[in-house]
Amino acid sequence: MRAVGLEFTEEVFVLKARVKFSKQGCMKFVGHLDMMRYFQKAIRRANIDVAYSAGFSPHMIMSFAAPLGVGLTSDGEYFDIEVGVCFSSKEMLRRLNEVMVDNIEILSFRKIDEGKANNAMSIVAAADYTVTFRGDYRPATDWETKLVEFFNQDSITILKKTKKGENIIDIKPMIYALSCSNEIISMQLAAGSINHLKPELVLEAFAQYMRTQLLDFALEVNRVEVYANEGTEEERRLITLEAMGEEIA
Amino acid sequence: MRKLALSDEILLSIEKPARYIGNEVNSAKKDLNNIDIRFAMCFPDIYEIGMSYLGIQILYDMFNQREDIYCERVYSPWVDLHRIMKERNIPLFALESQDPIKKFDFLGITIQYEMCYTNILQILDLSQITILAKNRKETEPFVIGGGPCTYNPEPLADFFDMFYIGEGETSYYQLMDVYKEHKKSGKSRHEFLRNASQVPGIYVPSLYDVTYDENGLLQSFTPNNENTPLTVEKQMVLDVSQTFYPKKPVVPFIKVIQDRVVLELQRGCIRGCRFCQAGMLYRPTRERDLEILKEYAYDMLQNTGHEEISLSSLSSSDYSDLQGLVNFLIDEFGNKGINISLPSLRIDAFSLDVMQKVQDVRKSSLTFAPEAGSERMRDVINKGLTEESILNGAGLAFESGWNRIKLYFMLGLPTETETDIKGIAWLSDKIARRYYEILKEERNGKVQIVASTSFFVPKPFTPFQWSPMNTKKEFLDKARIVNQEMKEQLNRKSLKYSWHEAGLTVLEGAMARGDRRVGQAILKAYENGALYDSWSEHFKNDVWLKAFESVGLDLDFYTTRRRDLDEPLPWDFINIGVTKKFLQKEWKKARAGSRSPNCRESCAGCGAGIYGGGVCIEGKS
Repeated sequence: MRAVGLEFTEEVFVLKARVKFSKQGCMKFVGHLDMMRYFQKAIRRANIDVAYSAGFSPHMIMSFAAPLGVGLTSDGEYFDIEVGVCFSSKEMLRRLNEVMVDNIEILSFRKIDEGKANNAMSIVAAADYTVTFRGDYRPATDWETKLVEFFNQDSITILKKTKKGENIIDIKPMIYALSCSNEIISMQLAAGSINHLKPELVLEAFAQYMRTQLLDFALEVNRVEVYANEGTEEERRLITLEAMGEEIA
Repeated sequence: MRKLALSDEILLSIEKPARYIGNEVNSAKKDLNNIDIRFAMCFPDIYEIGMSYLGIQILYDMFNQREDIYCERVYSPWVDLHRIMKERNIPLFALESQDPIKKFDFLGITIQYEMCYTNILQILDLSQITILAKNRKETEPFVIGGGPCTYNPEPLADFFDMFYIGEGETSYYQLMDVYKEHKKSGKSRHEFLRNASQVPGIYVPSLYDVTYDENGLLQSFTPNNENTPLTVEKQMVLDVSQTFYPKKPVVPFIKVIQDRVVLELQRGCIRGCRFCQAGMLYRPTRERDLEILKEYAYDMLQNTGHEEISLSSLSSSDYSDLQGLVNFLIDEFGNKGINISLPSLRIDAFSLDVMQKVQDVRKSSLTFAPEAGSERMRDVINKGLTEESILNGAGLAFESGWNRIKLYFMLGLPTETETDIKGIAWLSDKIARRYYEILKEERNGKVQIVASTSFFVPKPFTPFQWSPMNTKKEFLDKARIVNQEMKEQLNRKSLKYSWHEAGLTVLEGAMARGDRRVGQAILKAYENGALYDSWSEHFKNDVWLKAFESVGLDLDFYTTRRRDLDEPLPWDFINIGVTKKFLQKEWKKARAGSRSPNCRESCAGCGAGIYGGGVCIEGKS
């Protein structure tokens, strides 16, 4: 571990911190890799004593939870960093928000337990989304009732094109919850490296069910929250990534 | 909330939508209710290139320091968006407010290289601003050009209301004040242009009439207004330590070419290479104070969060206190995760020592720019780099562990012979031989020499401005000779050679020394689909050739023709301090293969001493 501002490489105490932020408005057009670069620069502007990797060209130690696609907004994005000198959560939040651009807001800064098992990237198990139809693309029929019917099927199959041809898959097991009110669809889907279901795919399956086609750009998707699973595959116990950490006083 | 000019559907169907959304760190946000002048600052190429350019960051910061001015940025939409904007009639907009450019008071365009001229027309076209300045309506923005290419603005004269000749820091505030008065007075567009022409450095092409003789040569260039000055004076900041500098440059979201803090050490160059336009235009050399640079380095790294800092100047090794600066950067930032990048350094013991400290030797290559293959040719161009010093530098580098060398040369220089051409291959081979003089067990594998040649383009305000240019065929024949000769060298397997696009070079030559008539060809080329000409995959040579033909202009007239020393040149009305007499003397010395001293060795009397600053008064109090 290399500490910032010290002449020689030495072991120093670092604290692992989890940062939650929202990404709204025009920022949805900034891709995942560019967001990583954005935060690396922001952390330096905020004068946070962040840890770097060793080696000839050290880079900031930073782990992002599930990447967010271009075009999607979010109220629950996460990354972990390692910090040397650390102030209270409140102070860290203030420092970071002072250097943010419009439409990016830091929502929490919490201390988490050490260890690889806690890595933001590796623990993601599920995510909440809200989906709405963009103005001109709203289906004409009474689609909200149909959506409930659609979700209540025993299996929800979708034709997925792969390199080897077409595959029929059942996505129902990956939809943990789905509801709809005031034309806003809310759903909880499997996310992460083991199973990952995109909300767009659920709506595509719904369109197939309705025997229509889902047009490009029809959906506006907002990620609301990201969870880890503290239970088992069979018996899930989802906990928000934020709740895994604790406020620094 | 700020509404984007482009719909989600458009932004999600084009490449890199973040190019068009603004909102970057340190971008200016202002309340339009308190603004008198809206200025759109444009670099006519894609965002990633435009955002990398220091000049715009300087002027953007300078304008926005004034509360009555709101300066915003605009870059060329890439071809995918260009198509959509044309189809749907969407007007080009500024990044900050997302408002159409056509609503602005000024559209300022920096003109950095000749092959962006069709991109300038694209900006006007997409902005829905009348392309020809003479037809522009009272309510349209004033279009003003700046940057190195405006030292011969004539090919673009039809498209611009005015040009600012020289460094922007000196006269822009005055011009803005004149404009504010004008806006209050409600007088005509023409009236403002006449007033603007009184501001130092402002050239208003419509206030001058041009005639040509029966051979097509420039015959007269005269003001058609009694108050319009005969000569336009280059603008220059004499004290570069006490002027504007962007301590809070805009930080892009997407990766751009120059994604780092840039420290401009100095303006100008003492060397006097005879092909180099920048070396003449920016005389005298003016250095920034070391303490000021240190302060900028701190502030800019803090305000941007960049992880890299780079030095910028025409020849960093000539900065008086380079060692002091470089040691400071390494000591201060080297252990804070900040990379230090040191371009344009002469290869010597000092530079190799610091480069070993700041970069991974095994992964990096070193660059030499001998520019010409033979000692004689280097004397002609006054490069002042001997074969001995090149081989010594390379030897030092090899002994320090480097094994990759890049070499830059030019083909088509005045008085060039076959020996000079083949000299490029010979020198490359000698460098490779120098590598193998090192004992096998002490060297770092095989050596790789990558030589590339560009084709020489004579530029205005250089001693070579009278020189004929080669034809496309001559260029390519010469490149073939080099290529062949490379294959016959002892170390041919270690040598790689590539050359520049020759058709592009010929057009660059025509733009560089063109007159007002060339504008018609640029317009024709744009109308027939030429755009992004500097991008080889988009360059359409045939469209350009047809454009020149259709407006009755002969490319050779501008490129390969030998110009007499007393021929009136289209750019003669600009005074850059360096005299025509000096350039003529240098042209003569060049052809005799005779070298001139650099500004620190002794004064060659170029004329720039008249400004009474910079290197001209060094050591004198």
